[in-house]
Parts: sequence; C-alpha cells; structure tokens
Amino acid sequence: MADAPTWAVLRPFELLGERVLGLLESLGRFGSFFARAVLSMVTPPFKVRAFVDRIDYIGYRSLVIIVLTGAFTGMVLGLQLFLTLSRFGSEAFLGPAVALGLIRELGPVLAALMVTGRAGSALTAEIGIMRITEQIDALTVMALSPFRYLVTPSILAGVVTFPLMTALFDVVGIFGGYLVGVKLLGLSEGTYFGEMQTFVHLDDILTGFWKSLSFGVLVTWVCTYKGYYVGHGAEGVARATTQAVVLSSVLILLWDYFLGSVLR
Amino acid sequence: MIKVEGLTKSFDGQMVLRGLELEVRDGSITIIIGRSGGGKSVFLKHLLGLLRPDAGRVLVGGVDLTGVSRREIDRVRDRYGVVFQGGALFDSLTCAQNVAFPLREKTRLGRAEITKRVEVGLAQVGLEGVGPKYPEEISGGMRKRVAIARALITEPEIVFFDEPTTGLDPILVNSIHGLIQDLHRRFGFTAVMVSHEIPEIFGIADTVAMLHDGRIVEVGPPEAIQGSRNPIVQQFIRGQPDEGGAFKESG
Repeated sequence: MADAPTWAVLRPFELLGERVLGLLESLGRFGSFFARAVLSMVTPPFKVRAFVDRIDYIGYRSLVIIVLTGAFTGMVLGLQLFLTLSRFGSEAFLGPAVALGLIRELGPVLAALMVTGRAGSALTAEIGIMRITEQIDALTVMALSPFRYLVTPSILAGVVTFPLMTALFDVVGIFGGYLVGVKLLGLSEGTYFGEMQTFVHLDDILTGFWKSLSFGVLVTWVCTYKGYYVGHGAEGVARATTQAVVLSSVLILLWDYFLGSVLR
Repeated sequence: MIKVEGLTKSFDGQMVLRGLELEVRDGSITIIIGRSGGGKSVFLKHLLGLLRPDAGRVLVGGVDLTGVSRREIDRVRDRYGVVFQGGALFDSLTCAQNVAFPLREKTRLGRAEITKRVEVGLAQVGLEGVGPKYPEEISGGMRKRVAIARALITEPEIVFFDEPTTGLDPILVNSIHGLIQDLHRRFGFTAVMVSHEIPEIFGIADTVAMLHDGRIVEVGPPEAIQGSRNPIVQQFIRGQPDEGGAFKESG
C-alpha cells in the first residue's frame, strides 16, 4: 500500500484518470444510444403514428418562430448588406449576397438554433419527465422498446423537418431582404432576383441542405439522449434540458464550421 | 415460479442487496415489506429485468433473467403486468387509451374488441365512465385503479405491484387491497407486491417477506411473520422507532 505522501502525489493523476474514464463512458453510451436508434429505424415494427406526431411536435409547431426569425434575419441582412455594398457601388449584388448568406450559412444554423430552443428543449423535458415518472419503465416492462416510440421517431422527424424548415427560413429571409432592399431602399426588383439566379448554384443549395439534415440528426440525438438519461427529480430534468440546449447549440456551430470547410 | 438466488447489487460502492434469496409460489400473493431505503424497489427492478445484478440469479419459470438477451427478457415480460408506485400512466393518453395501449401495441385485436375489453377492464376496477378523462383529471386513487386495469388487461400470469397504496387514505388503501384480492381470486395470477401497509397486508398476503439491509430476514405466512421472534420484524410491524436498537444492531 502506498504511504500518505505518495498517495497525495498520485491523487491528481487518479482524478484525471477518473475524469477521462467517465468521459469515455459517456461518449460510448452516447454512441450506442444512436446505434440503438438507427437499429430501430431499419427493423420493424415501425411506429408511423409516433413519427407523424413528432413531425408535428418538432416541425409544425416551430413554424411561427421560423417565419419570424427568417423574416427579420433577411431584413437585417438586406439593410446591412445594402449599406455596405453601396459604399462600393455594388448594390446590384444585394440579392445574391442575401441569398448566399442565408442558403449556405445563416438559414441552416439559425433555423437549427431556433428549433433547438423551442422543440429540442421540450423534447428533453418530455422524455425526462417520462423517465422520472416511470413511463419509460412502463413501456420497457410491457416488452415494448422506448426507442421505437420516443427516440427513433424524433430523430427521423428531425431528418425530415430541419431541411424543410431551413428552406422556409431561406425563402422568408430572401423576401425579408427584398422588402428592405427593393421596397424600402429602392433597388429594382429585377436586379434583386435576376442577379440571384446568376450567382446562386445548386452546390450552394446542397451545402445548406446537408447542413440542415445533419443538424436535424444532431439536435434530436442530443435532446433525446439527455432526456433518456435524465438525473433525479425536477432538478434533474431542468439540468438535462439546459445541457441539451447548450450542447446542441455548441455542436451546431462546430459542425457548421466543419461542414463549411468540407463542402466549399 | 419465481426464484431469486444470491442477488447482490451495489451502487457507487454502496451495497443495496446482499445475497438476497426468495421463492414465490405460482398463484400466490407474496408481499415484500421493509423500511424505506431498504432495497425493495431495487429488488423489484431486478425481478422486472430493469436492473442487472452484480451477482446472483433471478429465475422466472426457469429462465434466468440475468443471463439472457434483451429479447429473451421481453419474452418473459410478455407474461408480466406491472403497477408502478405512481401509476406510470402515459399522461398524453386518456385513461381508456392507457388501458388499451398494451392491447393495441401487442395484439392483433380489432378496434371494437379493444374498446369492449377496455370498458370491461375499467368496470372491473370500478371506473365506468372514466375512460375519456386524462390521468391528470382524476384523483390519485383512481389513477392507481386505472394502472391496475392496464396491468391486467393482457391477462398476465404474474403481476407486480410497487407500493400500490402509497399516498392514499385508509379507506382507499382497504379498497385497493380488496380490489387486488378480488382480481387475484378471479384471474389467479401470481402477485408480488412491495408495500408498507401494516397491518392491512396481512389480510391479503399468502406469504410475507421482510427485506432488511439487503437480505430477506424472515419469510412465511402472515401469522408466522406477526408471531416472529425476530426483533427487526417485530420492530417494523409494530412501527417502533429506532431506540429499540433492533435496526441499529442489524445495520
């Protein structure tokens, strides 16, 4: 047995080891959680009703916030880009600048952040409450997989709804830019939309599409995971909800940068 | 028959179950009593296959739940009905939908047949007309009854009750116990119940097992438990505080 001074010297390494092992265990659990969800996606029975409910929960109920934030993001972009471009006499490029900014970057990221705040947090809280009130255990002891009812439909709904909501965000944002650039600041309508058709390519749209699709997986994965492995009581649910939103938001930004570098 | 052999479980170095042994006869009502924090719920979770032990076996009809795949455990669970402490009703579904849920998800019965069975199930627990209400709209006692109806709707062979009367007034406690006894007589299932309700449980149990400090310290028919010379058992059933020393000595 090590004597006291040796023990004191080794203690920091022991603590570091515990932390690293804890982190590895969490990562392993996070990965196997996703693997179980994917397995439920490809093996029957498929819970179509639960999937449709989740589309409503994540997508339909987020429409108002997507339209609102999309419109104002487009308007702000329209205003700021017009003021900047007019310094170089390049106001004609307002349309493509707004469209490219939204389609490639702001649309997928802001739509994902908005949905995380509205639906992701609710998803974690709902599953967390089901966990602490033993509703998930009830499903399990009925020999029914909670993954099929709660996790897999949510991730699939994320895959479907995130790209659709991003597309809506982009369209509303472009019209927000149009409202400011054309209706308020006097740019011609033909210039705004015409130049957009010249400069926006399919690759740009696909970049935004892949980003939003992966954000859909990422957000629903993190939020269902945090709810599924919630701590004890109301405090545990509150903590899990906060962690889900913070982790999802950070991962959205990190993944956005990574994909932005790869899909140039 | 359910047979538990040498069940051991610890959490973060703290031992909760210490080589627990128990046998539950088919068709009997076995009630597990013991102090709060004594490991009763942890033990029940092992019987349900929700926790894996550090050591020991849980045999249900000869199948060892601790050594088989999730699919095998699910096959055993198909024979289970479970009434959770808080009811664990799905709060997004009405009471009728809750009771119908196992039939809808696990059988090929038609909608009309399911509706008929749900009506009968709710009537059996004295809740005619409650079907369209949501769990939050009914009282605690009614929620427990809905949970019992849901647990019994698939006519299970084994029914587990996790403190089914906690938080209810004495009249409701007796009413739920009477209901369980009546349903047991009618359907003949094996019942395993965790309860604190002394002395009411002596009226319905075939076997009472006292769980203390992670072990079954006494098991037998109600009369034997009531007449037990074990100071831990006597202290618990008489509700004496710790000054008697029995719990302290054992701990």
